[in-house]
Order: sequence, then structure tokens, then C-alpha cells
Amino acid sequence: MSVLVVLEQNAGKWNRMSFEALAAGKTIADTLGVPLNAALIGAGAEELAKELATYPVAKVITVQHELLGLYTPDGYTSALEQLIKSAKTEAVVFPHTYQVRDYAPKLATRFGQAFVSDVVDIKAEAGKVSFVRQLFQGKLNASVEAKGEPQFVSVQAGTFRAAEATGASAPLESFAPQLDAAKIRSKPEDPFREAQRSVDLSAAELIVSVGRGIKEKDNLHVVEELAQALGAELAASRPICDNGWLPMERQVGSSGQTVSPKVYFAIGISGAIQHLVGMKGSKMVVAINKDENAPIFETADYGIVGDLFEVVPALVEAIKKAKS
Amino acid sequence: MKIIVSVKQVPARDSALKVNPDGKWLDESDLSFEMNEPDAYALEEALQLKEKLGGEVVVLCAGPERVTQTIREALAKGADRAIHVQVAEDGGLDALATAQILAKALEGEAPDLILTGLQSDDLGYGQTGVVLAELLGFAHATIVMEVEPLGKTVRVKRELEDGWFQNVVLELPAVLTVQSGIKKLRYATLMGIKKAKTKEVKTIPAAATTSGARIDKVTLPQRSKQSQILTGDPKDVAKQLVEKLKFEARVI
Repeated sequence: MSVLVVLEQNAGKWNRMSFEALAAGKTIADTLGVPLNAALIGAGAEELAKELATYPVAKVITVQHELLGLYTPDGYTSALEQLIKSAKTEAVVFPHTYQVRDYAPKLATRFGQAFVSDVVDIKAEAGKVSFVRQLFQGKLNASVEAKGEPQFVSVQAGTFRAAEATGASAPLESFAPQLDAAKIRSKPEDPFREAQRSVDLSAAELIVSVGRGIKEKDNLHVVEELAQALGAELAASRPICDNGWLPMERQVGSSGQTVSPKVYFAIGISGAIQHLVGMKGSKMVVAINKDENAPIFETADYGIVGDLFEVVPALVEAIKKAKS
Repeated sequence: MKIIVSVKQVPARDSALKVNPDGKWLDESDLSFEMNEPDAYALEEALQLKEKLGGEVVVLCAGPERVTQTIREALAKGADRAIHVQVAEDGGLDALATAQILAKALEGEAPDLILTGLQSDDLGYGQTGVVLAELLGFAHATIVMEVEPLGKTVRVKRELEDGWFQNVVLELPAVLTVQSGIKKLRYATLMGIKKAKTKEVKTIPAAATTSGARIDKVTLPQRSKQSQILTGDPKDVAKQLVEKLKFEARVI
């Protein structure tokens, strides 16, 4: 019996969320009283295995095959399925990355198991674990008990403090799965970035960010005036950029830019986790939202529950007065 | 090209959520419902593919009686026919159970593509499309931004993290989970709404599931860090906030 954490790396570079998943895996392993193993998969895994062995794990397993170079869901699923079946495993833990979202549900299905994705808390009681995940983009929590084995779980970014190296040196193993090129049904091309961003929000000291609460494009002037009064950069949550109201390069969040200004104004933004991960490094967060239950108030230092169309113009007036 | 679009009906955005007395799910009595927004983008992509290449768009939706409204909306926008899988309540179903129900409902359909949104706005598992692909033995790609059919394959642009993208060529049949914002959504026309009334909606019972992870309890989250809420009329709160910006953040 053991708990397995599958860490994510791309071409020898860690996805830093992996170490948060490792910490979550440790919690589960300790609760169940079983060892914690760590697996690395894909090209570049070998270089990182030695570093991983210095963390609190019983062993490090490198999953290697020439068909695991560029990620494919078929290749990763089949390789990990064989690894998990090779030793009795009670739980398999992943960081909740885009790549994990792409293959872990498929992997869990191979075992007839539901994948408990994106958990924000693990409750350990009397040798049993249950999980808390968010519903309605953070407005509601659900506690979920997974049945059967192995349990498949992914951990939301920022939920666990990343595991730290202990300087130990766990044994290294390699695992060679049997893979058939004919059964890999997708041909990935090399990843690319779109044209260089012309707006760099990461260096902005003040950011006024706008979300769905603005209702329509013609209302954007309300927040533009605030940005102007403050000398701030204008940014937005995903739906605003999806609608084409502001260019994609002004998007803050997991699929946009990561920012850490002195003050971040979240205006009409409910605070879905995909947005929060992009702005939680801000020194001060001010939220204006009409829904007092909006998750953004969890992250905000100062909150105003009210109609942004009344509050923002009043704020512009007050700032102008203070500056004059 | 035959395309299935799997859509879900979810509580309308900005709904005030109330937990029901047994704490297992929401009190749905005062909720209004709408088509899950990411699924609306999947539908739009399917309709545009059909307009370009011909073929058929079939809407698949599981849920109680109320989902017929979402099905009608999809038909009014241009889908050709629909399959409604009757599920008494969909609150506690995990993605595996949902995908099992959907897979069973698709027996005999043999589509080239199945499109669905990348996640639902209510449960947010983001898994149903992937699990459905596995159950049907189809290839899949998630978080798809562009779809280019190439005969027996399809080339898609996927979104990765941190502003990276990747093109992937998949064998057909395949399931694609579509990113929101991929195309501009259309509105149903009056003509479309009228035509929808004559389109076929096949109603079938839900298959049995082997659900492994049920929700035992839903709760409103406890605020771990209470933000300081400024109160007063807009002028008052603006004045208080300016003080904070001036003396605490020192940005004015």
C-alpha cells in the first residue's frame, strides 16, 4: 500500500504546483499510515529525479519511454495506468494543472473511479480522508468522500504550502511502460506563444481590473476614468477579454498575466480561482462588488458591497479632490 | 460531418445560492436556469462547422424536465435534433456518472465529433468530455480554441498555461472540450424559435451509473480572511477608501 504523487515537469522544468501536490500527498499518506512515492514522467524527468529524492518521499520513480517525449493523453494515461497497477496504490495525487485536467479524468476512468479534481482541503479523520472542492466558482464548498481504490485527487494551486527538501536521499527507480505508437491517437506539435505582448502588467504599480459586473462594453468608461485618475493600468478578468471588450493581453489570471501591484482594484469581479491565482501577489486588494458573497471578498483587504456604477464615479471624484 | 454537442443546464449566473435543509444540495425552488456558458460556445462552434461543411448537429442534454428549455434554445439556434436524457436530479452526480449516462445515450449515434464546454459553471469538474471520450473509445483534446477538420483527422489549437498554445492533430471520432470565447455567440432568430417547435427531441431514461464520489455535504465557505468592509453611501465609502490609498498604500 502506498500513496503516489505524480509531479509535473516539462522538458526538465518543474511546474511549481507539483510540490504543493507533494505536500497534499504526504498528508494523505500519513493519515493512512502508508509510504509516499513520487513519480516523474516525460522527457526531462531523469534530470529532476535526483532533486526530487531530497524531498520527504519513500522513493522516486521515473517513468520513461521514447513515446513520452511530447505530452499526449493516450501516452501518459497508458504509462501511468501500468505504473499504478504495478504496485498496490491507495491514492494518486496530482497538481491541478491544465495538463492534469487533460489526462487524469481519463486515467481514473480506466480504474472505474471518479476523479476528485481541484480540491481545496483534505480532511483526515481516524485513518480516513475526505476532500473539499469548490462549486459555483468558489461560492459553495462541497465535501466529497471517494469510494474504492485507488482514489484520484488533484489539488488546487495555493491550497497546500509546498513541500520542502529535507536533504534526505530517497532511492531512485525507473519504470518502463509498454507503449504502442499506433495507440497514440493525437499528434502534438511544438507549443508556441502568440505575438509578443505589448502590455506588461507585471510591472504595474496600480491596476484597475474589471469583470462581468460592468455589464457591457459601453460602460467601460466608468473604470477607465478610475484608471486615469489613479494613473493605473487597466486590466480585466477572462469574460471581458473573451467578449472582445478589452484585448487579451490585458487579462489577469491563469490564462493571462500574473501581477503584483501595490494596489489591485477588482471591480465587478466575482473572484473565480482562475482569476485569483493571477493577482493574489498584490500588496493591497480593493474589491467592489454588489454580491456580498462573491469570493473576491475573501482575498480583498478592503471591500465595498455596492453598485459599481455609483461607487466608482464617487471614488474618481474623491481621488481627484485628494490629488488637487 | 455529424456533431454531437453535449450541453448542461446550470443555475443562472449571480443566482443567490441557498443550501437545502439536508445540506446535500441546493434549494432549487427559487433558482432560474440557463445553458452552461462554455457549452453555448461548444454549440456555436458546432453550428459554424456545420454551416461550413454540412452535416448534422445533435444536442445531448441530461437533466430533469426543466432542461427542455435549454434544449429548445439550442434547437432554435440551429441544432437539427436533440436527445434529452431524463435524470431526476443532477446535483450529486460526479463526472464519471454523468459521462456514463451520456455515453449510453449515444449508442447507435456514431458521431464524427462531440463538442462540449471545458467545464460547467456549477460543479466545475471540467472532466465530463474527457471521461466521455474514454468510455466511448474516442480520442480527445481539452481547452480547444480553434477547430480545423481535415477529413479523417481534426487539427485543433489548444490553450496551455501562461499564454502558451499548441496545435494537435487528432484522429476522428474525437471529443473536444471548447474554451469560452472561441467564437461570437449567436442569438436565436424568431424563425429559428418557430422551427425549433417542429424538431425532433428524443426522450430517454438515464442508464444506471457506478458513481464513486458523491457529494455528502455542501456548505457556504467560511471566510478565512475577513476583508474590512467599508460601509456608507458611495461618497462616504469613496472618502474612506481614499484615506487608505493615501496613508496606508501611499499611492495618492
